[in-house]
Amino acid sequence: MQALLILLGTGLLIGLAIGLVVKFFGAESDPLLDAINELMPGANCGACGFPGCGSYAAAMVKQTAKPGACPSMSEETIQKICRLLGVSEEKRERKVAVVFCSGDDEKATRRAFYNGVNNCRDAMQVAAGAKTCTYGCLGLGACARACPFGAIEITPKHLAVVHPDLCQACGKCVQTCPKKLIRLVPASAPIHVFCSSPDKGALKRSACKGACIGCRKCVNNAGENQMRMNGFLAVVNYGDPPPAELAKVCPTGALRSNIPQPKSATLSDGGKNV
Amino acid sequence: MSEFFRFYGGVHPKQEKLASKVAIASAPLLERYTVPLQMHIGAPAKLVVQKDSKVLRGQLLAEAGGFVSARIHSPTSGIIKEVTTCLGVTGTQWPAVIIESDGEDAPADPLTPIPDWQEADPTVLLKRIGEAGIVGMGGASFPTQVKLSPPPDKPIDTLVINGVECEPCLTADHRLMLENPEQIIKGILIVARILGVKNIFLGIEKNKPDAVELMSEKAKGTPIQVCPLEVRYPQGAEKQLIYALTKRKVPSGGLPMAIGCVVQNIASACAIADAVIDGTPLYERVTTVTGTPLIAPGNWHFRVGTLYEDAVRLAGGVNEDPAKIISGGPMMGLSVYSLQIPITKNCSGILLLSPSEVNQYQSKSCIRCGRCNDTCPMQLMPGILSIQIENERFELAETWHVLDCMECGCCSYVCPAGRPLVQHMRRAKTEVIARRQATAAAVKKNS
Repeated sequence: MQALLILLGTGLLIGLAIGLVVKFFGAESDPLLDAINELMPGANCGACGFPGCGSYAAAMVKQTAKPGACPSMSEETIQKICRLLGVSEEKRERKVAVVFCSGDDEKATRRAFYNGVNNCRDAMQVAAGAKTCTYGCLGLGACARACPFGAIEITPKHLAVVHPDLCQACGKCVQTCPKKLIRLVPASAPIHVFCSSPDKGALKRSACKGACIGCRKCVNNAGENQMRMNGFLAVVNYGDPPPAELAKVCPTGALRSNIPQPKSATLSDGGKNV
Repeated sequence: MSEFFRFYGGVHPKQEKLASKVAIASAPLLERYTVPLQMHIGAPAKLVVQKDSKVLRGQLLAEAGGFVSARIHSPTSGIIKEVTTCLGVTGTQWPAVIIESDGEDAPADPLTPIPDWQEADPTVLLKRIGEAGIVGMGGASFPTQVKLSPPPDKPIDTLVINGVECEPCLTADHRLMLENPEQIIKGILIVARILGVKNIFLGIEKNKPDAVELMSEKAKGTPIQVCPLEVRYPQGAEKQLIYALTKRKVPSGGLPMAIGCVVQNIASACAIADAVIDGTPLYERVTTVTGTPLIAPGNWHFRVGTLYEDAVRLAGGVNEDPAKIISGGPMMGLSVYSLQIPITKNCSGILLLSPSEVNQYQSKSCIRCGRCNDTCPMQLMPGILSIQIENERFELAETWHVLDCMECGCCSYVCPAGRPLVQHMRRAKTEVIARRQATAAAVKKNS
């Protein structure tokens, strides 16, 4: 009985003390900041240019940063934040990352066997990788490991593929890819040219069956300024992209839509011993 | 020599010096040479001849493209067929010129010989080394002229000559010492005159007793001290060689000139003597072509721009398909996937390995046995470093002196878990250097 009283009494006293300290010395909390913090995605990916979600939220409250810099926030959330801050919202276009390469094991040939660290950036230092096409995806998953959202998958045929529905366009993969194959493009664009090799058509064809061979069929069949040639490589004009049906004219399948596939393999075994 | 010359760590790989008894032969003239314009560390050389123009043997093809750069001379007489790119040992395309030989091999006017080099002004000798396009021929291909002009605040008192050839399989330097000792001695004395040093060490591993004996005999009456060294890889690494011979330690991140030393390879010394005494620019070098798949391994005087393919054909071709082709020695050489690569000024060997000699490693987890720590000549901790690097903690790797790693391969050689330690180190080094450059650029931009 005595023990119970001591315990309850101490508890009450400490509780009272804490309550008083908070009342007189407690840090002022900003209800606006708290509300915005609640809405942040919490991935701390750093794509907004701030160290994490908290510092970006604080900057928005101080009016030093605008809502909309976070690539992984939905339109709806941005509108909510705008309303909370009392600023007018700006329309922005959702972007996704795309790996501009078609060269999986079936299509692309290899010139050597690589036996070493299972990372593209390491493999790049050994004679620029094992693929015949020196511009192609190495398929060892440096981008997949860098992605904070798990949006990149290495297919069983060793090609990196971005799932557009999961991609938040933070751009981490863009910086990681040693072959500079990944770019951020508007999510609304229906088709892309999945090739990045500037080589001549015959050379590309011998190295990879999925390469853009520069036949110009797509450029001739597309509307004006929808596509153009950059050397031996067809390029989609993302300001005015051609319709998805144009993919039919491509003889190699380099021009195709980025259809989201179900995730087919775990990342852990991606690219082992190839 | 009763002194015990050695350094920390190191390993004893199998020697496999198949071509050590094969005298250096002269490679026959080829129909075409692919001369890369980047055979040295630093800026690529600037082409001074046009397509379809006629060139003579030893004629200047490209001028040095900067302070740290080197000239390139034509290996034979003929026509510049094409200004193009060629495959380099790094797997990337290098700018190159293709020379189609006219079969005459007519020499261009040589540079004026300096027969009285013992009295010549050191600056004249130094200028000649630059004119002849000489680079470090041991492997690093650093322009020799730059190496021999240390800043005035770094006085040089010791010249170390590297005749160690600690890489297994390679025999080019060994044969050169046996067959051209006088020229090497002259070259060493020219370098000593340029630097104004009296302390000259010539280090040779004890597994080449014939070379030690011959060089000691030829070096009589000169200030050159021939030092037989313990057989241990990497005895020929710059910092290890300096420590073994002088007991001086190069500070972390520093160059040998910080402790008053300059190291030269014996092949470079020979090329320097050729350039100064005969006026011949550097367009030819001794390269070992070896490996068990080859029918007749040997050493040849190859002109730069000879394709590996032609070198292998000269060595009798192969009796089984090689599983691996290495440019350089087995420990530090770069593996290449094609024989369409030209021999450069720093190519000391072409090594072919048969399928039975090539191991396909399955890298396992580090078992913390610490054998890599015992063998690392730079006294790093490769095992622990590699774990951090695998997790991309490059800042930590930098504070643990990953940049001191010289990629000698001792750690990978002894690792019982088959971990690709050197590859990890190489990755970390490039990432750390890239990060430093980015920081320096940002600082410059803000200031």
